[in-house]
Amino acid sequence: MAYGPHTPADRERMLAALGMDSVDELFADIPKPLRSGPLRLDPPEPEQLLMNRLAGLAARNKVDLASFLGAGAYRHFSPPLVDQILLRGEWYTAYTPYQPEVSQGTLQSIYEYESLIAELVGLDVVSASHYDGAAATAEAALMTCRATGRGRVLVSRAVHPHYREVLRTYFDGAGLGLEEIPLVADGDAAGTTDLAALERRLADAENPIAGVVLAQPNFYGLLEHMADASKLAHDAGALFVAVVEPVSLAVLAPPGAYAADIAAGEGQALGIPPQYGGPYLGILACTEPLVRQIPGRLVGMTADVDGRRAYVMTLQAREQHIRREKAASNICTNQTLLALAASLWLSALGPHGLRDVAALGAARASELEAALASVGVARAHAGAYLNEFAIRVPNAPAVHRELLGRGVLAGLVLADAVPDEPGLADALLVCATEVTTGDDIATFAREIGEVLGSPASREPVGVPA
Amino acid sequence: MSASGPRLQPTLFELSRPGRGSGKVPHPPKDALDRLPAEHRRDAPAALPEVNEPEAVRHFVNLSQMNHAVDTGFYPLGSCTMKWNPKVNEWAARQPGFAQLHPLAPDAVSQGTLQLLWELEQILIEISGMRAVTLQPAAGAHGELTGILMIREYHRSRGDTNRTDVLVPDSAHGTNPATATMAGLRTISIKAAPNGRTDLEAFRTALGPSTAAVMITNPSTMGLFESQVGELLEAVHAAGALAYMDGANLNAILGRFKPGEAGFDVMHINTHKTFSTPHGGGGPGAGPVAVGDKLEPFLPAPRVLREPDGSFRLERAGERPTSIGRMRSFVGSTGVLVRAYAYLRTHGASGLAEITDDAVLAANYLKQRLADSGAYDIPFPGVCKHEFIASATSIKKKTGVRTLDIAKRLLDHGFHAPTVYFPLTIDEAMLIEPTETESVETLDAFADALIAIAREAESDPEVVRTAPHTAPVRRLDEAGAARNPNLRWRPAVGDWTPCPD
Repeated sequence: MAYGPHTPADRERMLAALGMDSVDELFADIPKPLRSGPLRLDPPEPEQLLMNRLAGLAARNKVDLASFLGAGAYRHFSPPLVDQILLRGEWYTAYTPYQPEVSQGTLQSIYEYESLIAELVGLDVVSASHYDGAAATAEAALMTCRATGRGRVLVSRAVHPHYREVLRTYFDGAGLGLEEIPLVADGDAAGTTDLAALERRLADAENPIAGVVLAQPNFYGLLEHMADASKLAHDAGALFVAVVEPVSLAVLAPPGAYAADIAAGEGQALGIPPQYGGPYLGILACTEPLVRQIPGRLVGMTADVDGRRAYVMTLQAREQHIRREKAASNICTNQTLLALAASLWLSALGPHGLRDVAALGAARASELEAALASVGVARAHAGAYLNEFAIRVPNAPAVHRELLGRGVLAGLVLADAVPDEPGLADALLVCATEVTTGDDIATFAREIGEVLGSPASREPVGVPA
Repeated sequence: MSASGPRLQPTLFELSRPGRGSGKVPHPPKDALDRLPAEHRRDAPAALPEVNEPEAVRHFVNLSQMNHAVDTGFYPLGSCTMKWNPKVNEWAARQPGFAQLHPLAPDAVSQGTLQLLWELEQILIEISGMRAVTLQPAAGAHGELTGILMIREYHRSRGDTNRTDVLVPDSAHGTNPATATMAGLRTISIKAAPNGRTDLEAFRTALGPSTAAVMITNPSTMGLFESQVGELLEAVHAAGALAYMDGANLNAILGRFKPGEAGFDVMHINTHKTFSTPHGGGGPGAGPVAVGDKLEPFLPAPRVLREPDGSFRLERAGERPTSIGRMRSFVGSTGVLVRAYAYLRTHGASGLAEITDDAVLAANYLKQRLADSGAYDIPFPGVCKHEFIASATSIKKKTGVRTLDIAKRLLDHGFHAPTVYFPLTIDEAMLIEPTETESVETLDAFADALIAIAREAESDPEVVRTAPHTAPVRRLDEAGAARNPNLRWRPAVGDWTPCPD
């Protein structure tokens, strides 16, 4: 076995100590009819050949495209120090800090992560991590039900469709109610949450609402009137959940500023590579009064018996290993190493670097908007955005596919992602960040101009796989 | 204070000096944000620390040195399978073709990863003896919720809506009952039999028309194979319920027992336990879920599909209406799954079987050494699987020294402690899991340390009760931490507890 230490003599010695001749005797407790035959798998692969195999598979993915795809996972510059520190075995081969005296590194790093995110979101309590933005959002929505004793949550249709799907799965499981608030269909506010509809729904006192969930920026990249939505929720006795993108918080008003009770979001942008979906970092934060409702690990500062500053997992009476069926959640293993990645990335960039990243993304997005407009491609919505926006493109799926063949990943086909929004059937969602180059933007504009100008794209194009 | 080794660190916030750091990214144009309405703008910048690269690196390297880790020493944390984390797996996950692939990239440019995920599913199907696998769940507990939601949906799809109970042995992980609650179901806790195994008769009595599922950890959290699992599964199915297997202890049965073949309907697999993906200080993990025929229609979406032409694609939204839906965003924790795939390929059929043989041999050897010493109680003296329970009940009676004290004293010997006070049903429990990657010399040294501590408990109990003595900090004020939670840095914190250094 590849990493095993035992020589045949070692095994013999251990078996002899047990008074056994064969290791098979150690499996005599498995009843014969239940014993399985040998595994039908390939033989072991030496490391050299394994590396060839993996390099070959990785090479079958195409990652050198001019990419404008975001939609909840973003490319950012990551200083080399981030990954070099993450590769220290003391971090990645430890586990949950059950023995705090020999886990102060992990514990202090979690405390620092909690503190960094608290600064970003403007809320005081930050969980050590959740699986991803979607699971954190679902946990946030469940928190509003526990805290208010009400069983129904409103979520904006401008929240990421995957997050809404996960909310549905969790809420259906728990037997709780979930309703969606529609988008404004047209005008200056098109693509943002219909706050008039929200207000009407909250006015139904017969079916009181536990929480209201909006995203900032929303899935379409647009900025929502979070303060207004927050006030509507609070006036109806509901809690307000803000789904946030952490890099944007360098320049956008934080949830604490508009009195959100809970913030949830995807922390992948904080120095974590896209890696086809994970592992990512679920951010979950809340106000102090909700501290006993928040699920997941919390680390606090304390002292040892000599009065030295030290850190420890705390308020564990919320957690499954103590409370079992009465726990706030079943979460156990979370995403600690990704929280460390976020702390490293934020430390490497600092407050000014973080602001530069957010502002540079906005600047690149402005350039992208202008370049696309110059070839006749316009935004789908009129409202303010930070670094992501939808564009109107006739036959969007076919154009997207054609551009892929030309080396451009032209964002997300909204007809696939949100088929239930008929107004966006011919639209792409595109984003820019600080790693988007001027060349990428010029290529995208040139190629989409060509594709849209060609006769093929003016006729309806079928959508074969 | 020594120049090397563990050193207590100030927080990043105390290291911060205005004007330090940066130089990492270009400056944006001055008017970059002018188009943002004032209503949406942040008033004051976030008060993040300003540190330069050398300071940041030293901070995090010094912090890391205060951790015990598999890379620094033996970590026999029962139920967690702290085995060796191969270095080639870290290399694999960092290949740009894997790491830089966007989760919404079209299938046409994602064929390498899709193939890897599909092949990984086939390997896990063979190991579990099940019909199909979802790789979506992000951790074991997340897999449990996935499995129980599928079971609920199965009953619902048959119009069988009165099944509200989940039977769980009282020795189970806390995640099992917590999962049942999240799925809107009620937990019924079943006491173990005196021999530590599930009490078949108690289960038979509790099973009925309201039983949705039974959750069994096999081998159990006592480290024992559930020898009556065949009879139990028959009873579960006769009652119309389905059987969930908590696969936390899969390391003990690779190539010896396939849960699907034995009759389990669904199980989760902790890649961070059995398949060596690093524990990361508390995650990330991954919790693939394997199911039999009955539950396959309900698997979360999207699944990875292989087309007749040999290409791969993801299921499209709404393609399989019977699905329970999504459990998380995107496809899954692919970076973790790449590592698991590398590990499974490295070992192949024979290597996986050896893992189990050596893990079980190591646990039994260590258990025998402790039993021979007479220093510890061994509640279940027969053959164990990959882990076993020792107890300090007799030591406590004789000396007042408890399992917690022994665990702390082990830290002074350079070992991580076993899992302690779990399962909750065993007095002064230590759950010890050595794994297959520890040498017999390490196993002996650990046994010697435990035996020496038992003697020390008699000769000098105070030393044990006040351990650890050589860790970066001594025992912590956990009650104070819970009474007055300090969960984030504020400048005033520096006045309450002095900054180290």
